[in-house]
Amino acid sequence: MAEAFEQAAVAMTAVITPPDRILPQVAIRVRCEAPDRELLLADWLNAILREMSALRMLFSRFEVTVSGNSLEAVLHGELLDPARHEPAVEVKGATYFKLSVAQDEAGNWTAQCVVDV
Amino acid sequence: MDKSKLVRRSEWEWEIPRAGRMEVPGLLFASESLIDEVDEKVREQLSNVASLPGIVEAAFAMPDAHWGYGFPIGGVAAFDPNQGGVISAGGVGFDISCGVRTLLTPLRRDEVEKIRDTLADALFYHIPAGMGSTSRLSLDKRAMTAMLKGGARWAVSQGYGVAGDLECVENGGGCGDADPDEVSEQARRRQTEEMGTLGSGNHYLELQAVAEIFDPVIAAAYGLALDKVVVSIHCGSRGLGHQVATEFSRRMILEAPQYGIHVTDRELASVPAHSPPGKAYYGAMRAAANCALANRQILSHFVREVFKSVIGDDKLPLLYDVSHNLCSPEDHEVGGVKKRLVVHRKGATRALGPGHPDLPARYRPVGQPVLVGGTMGTTSYILAGTEESGRRAFNSACHGAGRSQSRSQALKQYRGEDVVENLRRRNITVKTRSFRGVAEEAPAAYKDVSEVVRATAGAGLARLVARLEPMICVKG
Repeated sequence: MAEAFEQAAVAMTAVITPPDRILPQVAIRVRCEAPDRELLLADWLNAILREMSALRMLFSRFEVTVSGNSLEAVLHGELLDPARHEPAVEVKGATYFKLSVAQDEAGNWTAQCVVDV
Repeated sequence: MDKSKLVRRSEWEWEIPRAGRMEVPGLLFASESLIDEVDEKVREQLSNVASLPGIVEAAFAMPDAHWGYGFPIGGVAAFDPNQGGVISAGGVGFDISCGVRTLLTPLRRDEVEKIRDTLADALFYHIPAGMGSTSRLSLDKRAMTAMLKGGARWAVSQGYGVAGDLECVENGGGCGDADPDEVSEQARRRQTEEMGTLGSGNHYLELQAVAEIFDPVIAAAYGLALDKVVVSIHCGSRGLGHQVATEFSRRMILEAPQYGIHVTDRELASVPAHSPPGKAYYGAMRAAANCALANRQILSHFVREVFKSVIGDDKLPLLYDVSHNLCSPEDHEVGGVKKRLVVHRKGATRALGPGHPDLPARYRPVGQPVLVGGTMGTTSYILAGTEESGRRAFNSACHGAGRSQSRSQALKQYRGEDVVENLRRRNITVKTRSFRGVAEEAPAAYKDVSEVVRATAGAGLARLVARLEPMICVKG
């Protein structure tokens, strides 16, 4: 599930800019806790957006540790450089629309969230 | 949408009959061709909205409706707080008080042609746009609170604009019922450096020429004439608004069950308007609206500075400023009884008719300007509110074209560089920091705004006044 959350964060970044354009120069820690894993996913993505907005940064690499319905994570990224990153759009927030965190019979996790732009 | 399941009440009204848990019917205003285009999901979403406690008359959808999160975009829903009516963050949207304002300029189309590149470049460099952009303003704690309380009034007091602007902004320039104390530190942190920025995505600043006049009397009252140029700004409450919406959506999901409100779609989460979380959201939402009003006021000032430097004239009077994502307390007659309702408009514009006391004196004879944005390559419109809109849909009208393709579909089909070049050949200058963003905003990814306003006027929700053609567009 942690890896699914990491990949969801990469996918959200890709909405803005190709993640490989972002250098992992600075590390920021975040912590989230929620009543269930779907809300945890939304909280996680919204926490990234909050840091992006307040610090004017973009992140390309994410290290997530999940424990129950809480997570701790390290975000790796750099200051936003409009010329190099060419952000296409700003993500306003992670919505609760079609929000899903599920494990299939093979044990693979899928984390799904629609983000508003 | 499958028309066979709708009841056609008139040429422009399509009803989703009450069924199941619906308290009221759903009602879509649209032409037949627009109804054919509307996604089936809008039916489901309108039916869900119609099931919320205390909803009055109907769950409405404007002609530009498309599916959203919980509530459809282009949705209007009014609730009676004295009948357990709710307030919902999903009924307003993430970009609280996203809206449009239009300024009149002293220039005609042929005069802009002579200075097109100079003016386009000046606007592009002086208007902060795009993700991560900042302006010269940085708000400390005290200024932030004053801005959240005062809105555009605060901005004018700081030297951004003139007092005369305020009567042409909804609520006289600021929501007096804002409660800055309900806006979190996280939300404020996101906004510290973002005042006076345009944003990205479908936000824009556009120079437009009046290409057609439908109603000469109202156009004259609005100061519009053929070939005169206006400036329209489309943006909202930036990071602060997004954070307020995020936090309260979550809170409503968690607290709604305490009030016996259970929804199938979490985005519909709502609480009684008179409950503590309802009042808290209301105060924060109105403060976020003030942030949007202040933002558009500051951007107007920047535009005036650019005109001063390029043509030596900064007299750009404000025609009007409308919000299209907002929840407001409004008095409406319901069953012959006047009631104070909580009216949610998400992707819909307030449209007050002639004689309404909330209009500035100069617009009272003709009705409120309703500013409807098209896409970069197509027309925009100015309409006027009607009395009929008050009877039909709580004084509401459309807000824009609405998307016909998703962003990812548009990105697969169009290249930003090609879009810009095609528009340049049609004499429309697009200035952007992101070609990918332009591709996602390609004109062909949107519905036909002319059909949307035709249906809006046909349904009596607003009256056509003027059509505008884009000349210069600054995108984030």
